[in-house]
Amino acid sequence: MRITTAICALGLMAGAAQAQTMTMTMAVGAPVTSLDPHFHQLSPNNAVAQMVFSRLVGTDAQSRRVPDLAESWTAVAPTIWEFKLRRGVRFHNGSEFTADDVAFTIARVPNVPNSPSSFAGFVRPITRVEVVDSHTIRFHTATPYPLLPLDLSNVYMLDRETHQNATTEQFNAGTMAVGTGPFRVVSHANGDRIVFDRNDNFYGEAPGFARVNYRMITNDSARTAALLAGDVDVIDQVPTADLARLRGDARVSLAEVLGLRIIYLSMDHERTGPSPFITDNDGRPLAQNPMKDIRVRRALSMAIDRNAITSRVMEGSAVPSGQFLPPGVFSHVPGIEAPAFDAEGARRLLAEAGFPNGFRITLHGPNDRYPNDGRIIQAIGQMWARVGVRTAVEAQTWTTFVARAGRQEFSAFLIGWGSNPDGSHPLRNLTSCFSRERGWGNSNRGRYCNEALDNQLITAMQELDESRRERQLIDIQRAVFADQAIIPLHIQTNIWASRRGFVVTPRVDESTIAQSVRPATMR
Amino acid sequence: MQSGFVLVAMSLLVFLGVYAVGDPIEILISPDADQEEKERAIRALGLDLPLWQQYLVFVSRALQGDLGRSFVFNEPAIQLILQRMPATLELAFGSMIIAIIIGLPLGLYAGLKPDTVASKTIMASSILGFSLPTFWVGLMLIMVFAVQLGWLPSTGRGDTAVLFGIPWSFLTPDGLSHILMPAFNLALFKISLVIRLTRAGVRETMLMDYVKFARAKGLSPTRVTFVHVFKNILIPVVTVLGLELGGTIAFSVVTETVFAWPGMGKLIIDSINVLDRPVIVAYLLMIVVMFIVINLIVDIVYTLLDPRVRLETKGT
Repeated sequence: MRITTAICALGLMAGAAQAQTMTMTMAVGAPVTSLDPHFHQLSPNNAVAQMVFSRLVGTDAQSRRVPDLAESWTAVAPTIWEFKLRRGVRFHNGSEFTADDVAFTIARVPNVPNSPSSFAGFVRPITRVEVVDSHTIRFHTATPYPLLPLDLSNVYMLDRETHQNATTEQFNAGTMAVGTGPFRVVSHANGDRIVFDRNDNFYGEAPGFARVNYRMITNDSARTAALLAGDVDVIDQVPTADLARLRGDARVSLAEVLGLRIIYLSMDHERTGPSPFITDNDGRPLAQNPMKDIRVRRALSMAIDRNAITSRVMEGSAVPSGQFLPPGVFSHVPGIEAPAFDAEGARRLLAEAGFPNGFRITLHGPNDRYPNDGRIIQAIGQMWARVGVRTAVEAQTWTTFVARAGRQEFSAFLIGWGSNPDGSHPLRNLTSCFSRERGWGNSNRGRYCNEALDNQLITAMQELDESRRERQLIDIQRAVFADQAIIPLHIQTNIWASRRGFVVTPRVDESTIAQSVRPATMR
Repeated sequence: MQSGFVLVAMSLLVFLGVYAVGDPIEILISPDADQEEKERAIRALGLDLPLWQQYLVFVSRALQGDLGRSFVFNEPAIQLILQRMPATLELAFGSMIIAIIIGLPLGLYAGLKPDTVASKTIMASSILGFSLPTFWVGLMLIMVFAVQLGWLPSTGRGDTAVLFGIPWSFLTPDGLSHILMPAFNLALFKISLVIRLTRAGVRETMLMDYVKFARAKGLSPTRVTFVHVFKNILIPVVTVLGLELGGTIAFSVVTETVFAWPGMGKLIIDSINVLDRPVIVAYLLMIVVMFIVINLIVDIVYTLLDPRVRLETKGT
């Protein structure tokens, strides 16, 4: 028995030593469901796609757009974008990447069978694709569309020769997972692990490891334990409960960056009459929905001590916010700080609105979706109770919660949103009027609606001048938050932990990719 | 006939259950998808039809042997499950072997010498085996043996070797070191069960006339214990372990999650989380079939172990 354990220990040590020179094992918390880069638009899938495939427009660790397969892009006319492609790029199987492959990819994206969430929205503005020469391509749009480069930073390029009739199953089996990216797929065990080898012919910066094991360990404690045991070198989604311990552990270092995911409260803007989970203090429905009153919405926001939530509940892994985007990101609104905690002011506003003794409300939220989500709504429930709004808290599993929230069954609920680095993205999805015709407001579960702001947004989304567009987007966001369309709480920090010998560059977009990890000695 | 009815009832329940819990599209679709994309996805997964029509489509395909494609993976549900099955099977059998190897001798000892300190310790610790929650024990095992001592790997399946075209962990030393902790974690409950069943059986049979007779005949205590007592106590142990095996294969969800063991249990919990109905239905239907088969096997083993069962069948 002792001999076998000694052998096991030796094996582990040998594994660790090898890892520093050759192999890196990373464990992610969210399972990858497909290697087909156009099948299921899901962040873990997109992360893996970034390792195998490339896009015309890439994104760096700060989510800024950078040239990737396209070397440059310009709007040659208001409704025509021209992309100049990188020369000499080859797919893993040796096939050359040309403008024709781009045209093929754009055509494939909306036509992937059985996709539960396709990438079609990113190419829908394109009305016509024009291949100018082997390395120049033009996209025609119906109206001026400044967001096309941003949209195309979500579309992974395939090869016409290789992927003509490729099925999702063939991608998942690894046979068709052939891209232009820094890693090639060696094997894929669904829901368990993916093994990658370095692509030695990669046109960009060479990856730091010859082999990468990409493991999925969904249980938070098990993921941390695997890191501490030395079975894996890097983990993502470090649970807040383990943060203090890991910070004090010399074998481990943390890489943190403020992300793009806002956690906020959404309120019932749809009903003018009684709202389902709001009653007076005796339990009778109120004749009118108090959430329609700006003073009530503002009071509820002021009653929340955001610093207490981020420091105590989130253990410092979030920053209070009063708007969608963090500072430094395109169209962040200067001057909107996180609302200060002011219980006295909240009580005064409630009294002004006709609720000197408050009312009763049920605050809903998920308990298995965002870090500490269930505990956050409990904390808010207590804070609201302090200003006289007697709050019942109901946390439920995401599967049930999101369906009910989508049917407007709640009066107030907690939810989160991961933004693209452009104010139009949260505006169009969260606070614009629900409109099938425009395709907007699909995640606007509280159904806030202000036609005037939507018209401004239409203008902004056709403005090709970046600085003018940024000003317009800032103005719209200012109006949205002045009207307290939602109650922003905090923006989450993205945290990775790595063992000594590995350095992680934290990414704003939450993607866990092997390109972000380097052996410490290479620094 | 009866089993056919169970299968239909099960599939109906799953359909109604998933429908009541939520909407798969809300969970699967990217939050920034527009309404047009959402409608396309609903049609693509066949969720635009009324529920009873969806069920009829499912039944008519199931009768042709097609249990549907996973919403999430776009692969046949049954294929996904079968891919994961070897991992769960080896874990379940591993835990069964551990339970027998540890449980039987301890139970025998506790039954033969009920009043010694060692026996009392065995019985007391078997209570722990019953009452400690699996996920907690699993995490503790990881903390002690993987993190603190570094003897065993914390999670995953390790190296595998191929036999009959299927990768197995138990064929490689690395795989064996990976399987040890999760199998033991799963076995803990069963060890206690086996100890208690064996002890009770031994104490009962030791008082039987035929044992007294065997002793009086002058047979050695070893022969009495292992030939006369042992065979008779095996019957309840086999029954219970058979049913336990089914339960372990079907519902080792917690252990598989804690140890990131890529088996069916992990698949089913992931599928439930995203309401991947085809996989849930196919899985539960398969489990029903499996339980039917296991009960059949237990009956057959019975007849091998107990001549009385054979005689009775002949008599009627």
